[in-house]
Amino acid sequence: MGRITLEKVTKSFGEVEVIPPLDLTIEDGEFTVFVGPSGCGKSTLLRLIAGLEDTTSGHIRIDGEDATDLPPAKRGLAMVFQSYALYPHMSVRKNIAFPMKMAKVPEDEQNRRIEQAAKALNLTEYLDRRPGQLSGGQRQRVAIGRAIVREPAAFLFDEPLSNLDAALRVGMRLEISELHKRLATTMIYVTHDQVEAMTMADKIVVLRAGNIEQVGSPLELYKEPRNTFVAGFIGSPKMNLFEGPEAEKLGAHTAGVRPEHIEVGDPASTYWSGTVGVAEHLGSDTFFHIHETGLADTITVRAPGDVDYKHGDRIGLNPRMDMIHKFDQQGLRIQ
Amino acid sequence: MARAVSTKQKSINTAIAGTLGFLMFFPILWILILSFKTEEDAIRAPLEVLFSSGWTLDSFAAVQARSDYFKHFSNSVIISLGSTILGLLIAIPAAWSMAFVPSRHTKNILMWMLSTKMLPPVGVLVPIYLIFRDTGLLDSRTGLTIVLTLMNLPIIVWMLYTYFKEIPGEILEAARMDGASLREEVLYVLTPMAIPGMASTMLLNIILAWNEAFWTLNLTAAKAAPLTAFIASYSSPEGLFYAKLSAASIMAIAPILIMGWFSQKQLVRGLTFGAVK
Amino acid sequence: MSTKASRSAARLMISPAVVLLLMWMIVPLVMTVYFSFLRYNLLSPGATPWAGWDNYYWFITDPSFNDAIWNTLALVGGILVITVVGGIGFALLLDRPMFGTGIIRIMVIAPFFVMPTVSALVWKNMFFNPVNGIFGNIATSLGLQPIDFFAEIPLLSIIFIVSWMWLPFATLILLTALQSLDQEQLEAAEMDGASWSNRFWYIMLPHLARAITVVILIQTIFLLSVFAEILVTTNGGPGTATTNLTYLIYVSSLLQFDVGMGSAGGVFAIILANIVAIFLMRMIGKNLDA
Repeated sequence: MGRITLEKVTKSFGEVEVIPPLDLTIEDGEFTVFVGPSGCGKSTLLRLIAGLEDTTSGHIRIDGEDATDLPPAKRGLAMVFQSYALYPHMSVRKNIAFPMKMAKVPEDEQNRRIEQAAKALNLTEYLDRRPGQLSGGQRQRVAIGRAIVREPAAFLFDEPLSNLDAALRVGMRLEISELHKRLATTMIYVTHDQVEAMTMADKIVVLRAGNIEQVGSPLELYKEPRNTFVAGFIGSPKMNLFEGPEAEKLGAHTAGVRPEHIEVGDPASTYWSGTVGVAEHLGSDTFFHIHETGLADTITVRAPGDVDYKHGDRIGLNPRMDMIHKFDQQGLRIQ
Repeated sequence: MARAVSTKQKSINTAIAGTLGFLMFFPILWILILSFKTEEDAIRAPLEVLFSSGWTLDSFAAVQARSDYFKHFSNSVIISLGSTILGLLIAIPAAWSMAFVPSRHTKNILMWMLSTKMLPPVGVLVPIYLIFRDTGLLDSRTGLTIVLTLMNLPIIVWMLYTYFKEIPGEILEAARMDGASLREEVLYVLTPMAIPGMASTMLLNIILAWNEAFWTLNLTAAKAAPLTAFIASYSSPEGLFYAKLSAASIMAIAPILIMGWFSQKQLVRGLTFGAVK
Repeated sequence: MSTKASRSAARLMISPAVVLLLMWMIVPLVMTVYFSFLRYNLLSPGATPWAGWDNYYWFITDPSFNDAIWNTLALVGGILVITVVGGIGFALLLDRPMFGTGIIRIMVIAPFFVMPTVSALVWKNMFFNPVNGIFGNIATSLGLQPIDFFAEIPLLSIIFIVSWMWLPFATLILLTALQSLDQEQLEAAEMDGASWSNRFWYIMLPHLARAITVVILIQTIFLLSVFAEILVTTNGGPGTATTNLTYLIYVSSLLQFDVGMGSAGGVFAIILANIVAIFLMRMIGKNLDA
């Protein structure tokens, strides 16, 4: 079990309130991602749940039980840190065994769980090595192994992939998702990378300055961002947001359209037009950065890979009208 | 990146540095040589000492017979080891606090601790002397151990603090998440990780305590006198007996010299007080 | 990583060190100040009447006092200059590629391990002795008049001995700092057309600033209290030529048993140390954050 509830939780460092009153429920078995720009309070929130920081006020419940004043060790949660935080002086085996040793799990049970975790994480041949002798990906797996063997109520991940290179990151992303499917345990995952959030989460919590901007499934956030911040944060490349007469024509203070919802064509017959700046060819797709559209400085457009325009070409743009997002003066979505 | 340097340039560097190094080391080498000479040979001209005299162990035996070297040696060992270990036991928790749970006052406390080192020993010599006289600690190993512990405590705290600061806090948090109590966290995670730093700290403090010569000279007489005081008794007129003075000196500095050489790497780390990267 | 629990644990764990050091500082300090106002001689037990500022008056007006202050400053200043300048030189030298670095470094470090009483006695007898000492021997064999070091240049001789003991320390710290200097910075400077002396002044020396601060701070703490070297060589003489404040106080309190006067001297030593400390703390405090 691992249902985590935050009730009116706040956190201040001295005078500075980093988390204003916040309510959130994470259901048992859910993969929840906290995402937001750096300094948005997502890591602080995770550390409050872990018990590594005190809440200033409010309550944290784990499976209905008030855990607000419990020390980290008593909360039944496991955490994977950004730096992995492996014990450098212990072998992989000892690292994984450490939480069980602290919990006084019998020796043969310890060994059973270590073997099991090592097999699942492809670490069997490395059990007697020290963390210093492992690659980044292997260290990451050891950290996960150390978390798994505790059989925690929930796993907490604090930007676990940010120290890995791009290729490994994709692999580990899949492995963690796989692990979640297999264990079906609650996982809370902190990242600043919206791609990780979109690809892994059951539920995304978008945070800004300690406030929850929106909670929802990846597709909900993609399709119906509640405000301009979420609209700009979720999706890659970013949504084109623009204000002014063109937005007003559409009946909004701010309007937004995603690069993948704009088609290119002959400037004579399209809704908007502009001049091609940089073209980024990915093979499968091409991203055009368009200037002089009268909308915003740059409009990004995603076109099929075989579409070819040169720097300086005039180009026509046709938005899918049903995919235009409209926001009011306060930046809130107009339904 | 390191550039290739010609052998000739390297040889020149070696010659210059070697000469200067040899000059620095020469006094120690010289008493080592003199300690194996007879008194008559020891006062001859340097070249004669080197090339036209025999070798003997007599001086060492004479020193032991005259002033019981081993008693002073064991005093030195007990005092320097005792004060270092005691200091570490007090300093480890303090350094843990400051490195991992810093507060607004941490830096001030650290500076204050260091400032107690600024208090000149001579400023408090009289009261300490009188307190020791009245409590029977004068000329006792216990008394000296206490004084040296307190004297070096700020340095131990400071050094441990700098070493602990290098250990990422996340690892201790991981231990806490893994269910370790504070005691277990310090015992199983922090201490083993800080062993190189602690070794450096220990080494440096043993040396400082071993060579401390203000309190040891002023607070001891016969019973608890360590090697610093033992040697001081060789100031004139016995100082004119070069061979015996040399033998006694070698016996006093050899333990530390050998220890220092064998643990050069840790010591260099310790000597820089963790303050220089 | 701060929760209420860890903060209270931290307070608990730091308190033994703080309490002990507080006692070590306060108790003797208060006693020293108190004694300094008493007429208190261990040779005349019984009454210890209030003396007011008499002890201070006698201590300051004693001609040795002036000498002691100057000697103390000359000793600290002289040794600092020699060890810092020499240490930079040694560090630059040892940082160059050469054969047998390990051996050479061991030879340079060795004097640091020698206890003050030993080095003072060895220099005094085996080197500075005008008849049998090595320097005397060399001078005689060259047909020169040997120098009687402790009679003719006593303070310089002591500065020399103590510098010999502390030069290794300065060298080691400065060498470690020098080796941490990013080589690419030097190469970039070379590409920018900086000569060796430019590179030394504008890159190496600023990089060493923090290390030099550390050397000065730590050495000053120890050098203000130079004692054993004086005790076993000159006993503060000839006259008061090598009497520093530490030695002067030792003389009045433990040799003349004048606790009152010794304490007044102690108060002076503390004041002097504090003046120096304020400068030093400011210096290192600035460098601490960096």
